Amino acid sequence: MKLHDIAHARTGDKGDISNISVIAYDPANWSLIRDMVTAERVAAHFETFDVRDISRYEIPLLQALNFVIRGALAGGVTRSLALDAHGKCLASILLEMQIRSNK
Amino acid sequence: MSILRLGAGAGFQGDRIAPAVDLAERGKLDYLIFECLGERTIALAQQARSVDPTKGYDPLLERRMRAVLPACVRNSTRIVTNMGAANPLAAAEKTRAVARELGLTGLKVAAVMGDDVLDQIGEFVLDETGNRASVLGDRLVSANAYIGIDGLVAALDAGADVVICGRASDPSLFLAPLVHEFGWARDDWTRLGRGILVGHLLECAAQITGGYFADPGFKDVPDLANIGHPLAEVDSDGNAVITKLEGTGGRVSRATCIEQMLYEIHDPARYLQPDVVADFSKVNFEEIGPDRVAVTGGTGTKATGLLKVSVGYRDGWFGEGQISYAGANCVARGKLAISLVRERLAQTSSSIMEQRGELIGINSVWPSTHETANTAEVRMRYAAHCRDVLSAQSIGEEVEGLYLAGPAGGGGVTKGVREVLAIASTLMPTAKVATTFEIKGATHEAA
Repeated sequence: MKLHDIAHARTGDKGDISNISVIAYDPANWSLIRDMVTAERVAAHFETFDVRDISRYEIPLLQALNFVIRGALAGGVTRSLALDAHGKCLASILLEMQIRSNK
Repeated sequence: MSILRLGAGAGFQGDRIAPAVDLAERGKLDYLIFECLGERTIALAQQARSVDPTKGYDPLLERRMRAVLPACVRNSTRIVTNMGAANPLAAAEKTRAVARELGLTGLKVAAVMGDDVLDQIGEFVLDETGNRASVLGDRLVSANAYIGIDGLVAALDAGADVVICGRASDPSLFLAPLVHEFGWARDDWTRLGRGILVGHLLECAAQITGGYFADPGFKDVPDLANIGHPLAEVDSDGNAVITKLEGTGGRVSRATCIEQMLYEIHDPARYLQPDVVADFSKVNFEEIGPDRVAVTGGTGTKATGLLKVSVGYRDGWFGEGQISYAGANCVARGKLAISLVRERLAQTSSSIMEQRGELIGINSVWPSTHETANTAEVRMRYAAHCRDVLSAQSIGEEVEGLYLAGPAGGGGVTKGVREVLAIASTLMPTAKVATTFEIKGATHEAA
């Protein structure tokens, strides 16, 4: 299945830093999301962007992750040549990630 | 006052006005707050002010004030906004003029100043360039600190009905009324953190009432076309209920609140603000009724003593052209168009610093590696960042030239050029930034 089937997400931007939240629809899928959506897998998912580094924060009370992605915005909204200079589309791109349950 | 009602009138410069009027009329609000400054907005406003000293505030200020002031005065709702942009004094003057025209007498309008730090920015090293701001020379346009609540609270304490600032941290626009009304101590980190949380949740207006959220079949939003703006009912401890007016479209749910809480946040336990480091890591949201979500668990720690400063500077020109291809073999023809423009631009003595050619619908937003053999249509987009305006113009001209001299069947060319106003950032000690406010000609020190 895709991450989109079990989670929703939103992108924000500050300068050249994008952040993407990933939130479980059902708390039952939280541990699966926490285990499968690692910073390494997110970096691989965005391999065609010039990502410099990714930090991941866990918010277990809300069954949510927050990824802070440096370098994905081609310089940031004010000097990016990208069509989506804010990177508003990045969250939905992340939701295309394939998730395999180990159960 | 046990519960304070704060409404979000706007979440960005161009935001809709009607939902703010609805809140002013039916929201029983104590405060209506308009957040209208994007990262680059104030640099653009500074340029407008340099052309005309009576301008440089939000272009929609007059329309917004004209629309909401009658209901706000009638309902004793005070207004806090950063629509002053690069010229809060002129914005306050315009607001007084609008009030006079509407026959609203006795309205106290305050302007809050101090965020403009252009005169002392030179020695500070910018994160993005690694150089002192002074290196930018005459390309430097603006430098504004994200100030906190000092000036805003002082203006409210002085009885202002409308408080207009320039650059302030967005959540501070909401924290200031809470501190003014509840008298929270300035080292009450827990309550200040909760106030920041309320402000952060509301500052993007419709983004918490179902905007920037709908995903058909997965996250459906009722009556999105008539989405209402949010309001918060905040108690004296800073706990809150987020809701919206009955009869408006959209929805407020645990999911919309979580998405907005994490919007533009880095470490959720350390959301850096001028007056507090807010901690959202233990927040909980509970749906307590239709479109009513209770927010608890926010906290905070001591502020860092540093303010973020946004520095605006002229950084060359963007040029762009687009052309469409459809039907048989359109992807290949679009790719040929990209290579033709690239080859033509390489032959001219151009000042291109960075360029990209892409096919909208194939790889413009997501430069994916998986090839698409064909599709019904593509739109070729070529964009470049150039040192001078003539080179930037040549991008669109080369794309336009494809009409007669490019691949078969190219149509619908558009082209454009614009100056790049870039933003860099740095940190400045809070102590170097003194805020003041003015009500009708008298200037006062804040704090």
